[in-house]
Amino acid sequence: MADAFNFELVSPERLLVSEKATEVVIPATLGEMTVLANHAPTMTTVKPGIVTVKLASGQTNQYVVFGGFADILPTGCTLLAEAAVPMSEINRETLQKRIEATQADVNAATSHEHKTKLEEYLAQLTDLHGAILPA
Amino acid sequence: MPSLKDLKNRIASVKATQKITKAMKMVAAAKLRRAQEAAEAARPYAERMNKVLAGLSAANAGNAEAPRLLAGTGRDQVHLLVVATGERGLAGGFNSSIIRLAREHALKLLAEGKTVKILTVGRKGNDVLRRSFRENIIDYVTFREVKQLGFAQADEVAHKVLALFNAGEFDVATLFYARFQSVISQVATASQIIPAKFEVSEAADASAALYEYEPGEQEILEDLLPKNVAVQIFRAILENNASFYGAQMSAMDNATRNAGEMINKLTLSYNRQRQAQITKELIEIISGAEAL
Repeated sequence: MADAFNFELVSPERLLVSEKATEVVIPATLGEMTVLANHAPTMTTVKPGIVTVKLASGQTNQYVVFGGFADILPTGCTLLAEAAVPMSEINRETLQKRIEATQADVNAATSHEHKTKLEEYLAQLTDLHGAILPA
Repeated sequence: MPSLKDLKNRIASVKATQKITKAMKMVAAAKLRRAQEAAEAARPYAERMNKVLAGLSAANAGNAEAPRLLAGTGRDQVHLLVVATGERGLAGGFNSSIIRLAREHALKLLAEGKTVKILTVGRKGNDVLRRSFRENIIDYVTFREVKQLGFAQADEVAHKVLALFNAGEFDVATLFYARFQSVISQVATASQIIPAKFEVSEAADASAALYEYEPGEQEILEDLLPKNVAVQIFRAILENNASFYGAQMSAMDNATRNAGEMINKLTLSYNRQRQAQITKELIEIISGAEAL
């Protein structure tokens, strides 16, 4: 039995999860990373993707997050997501709406830098869309 | 002297008003609970954000290349006031206390020769401030159509603020809202959002140095600072919302009580007059009979 640590998933609107977990997979910007207990203190940005949480009780939960960042300490891990929904509640329409909104933002962006950033975000979203909702 | 009929009408109308204020009070109480829960649910995120940023900004203090959202533009000439008020009135001094604070602030800055720009969030603030600062108001956001206040709305405001900042339209941004203390006390508050200010605690200082950053420290800071603006605005909107219902609840409670007092007074004078009329009629009948 692996050591457990505190995992918190927070969105600006509410605290989604605050439980003991043994293993959390985070879609970090530089690639997926798995957090176990006693992880070195790390701060990383998170891209849109799926967070997999293995709880100390053995249950595995999945959440879809839309960007944010994670604060990892040896004793715990806090994921601050811009928006987060349990995997079971996600559906095609909400995701599609988000993609369309980002697309509109891309078209409206004036500065080059901003546009690149948004396009990257859009690509990540489309990736996610393909990954969780195979057509 | 109002006639009996007049008094009767007035009593009926005050009673109708009392019914309305009573209903409004109960609606406000129910909504207050929801708003309060929302404000509390948003707290962990804002606190974490603040902690992380406090650490990062302490590490970046004095860094010449620190993002402008943190370090400021180096000037202090153009001020942006983001004034968040309610969409509706009938909430006692709620809107006017925020507006008063914002107005005092604006007048002080103008007296110092600074340029003031105002962005109003919420209809009430816009209506009132437009009278005295018509040419200072640059934008106006309303949530009138929005049923459930969410992060998306705050993000929309933050986008506007950040776009203005990136275009060099202002140097310092201050946010005005009512902080929710309790149902009977809401405090109008001004807080500076750009350049960002954090309450730096000793603990944050020490732990920040140990972190590994992915990608780099700078990138994370640049990513987080705009988000922080949105989070601050979101918190202000939620606090405002809770304050609004708190203020409305106590205002409506007062109104209901005043209506009750008024009904009592009117009923008293109605009964007196009715009595006087009966007496008068009796005297007329008796004196008529005696004359025969």
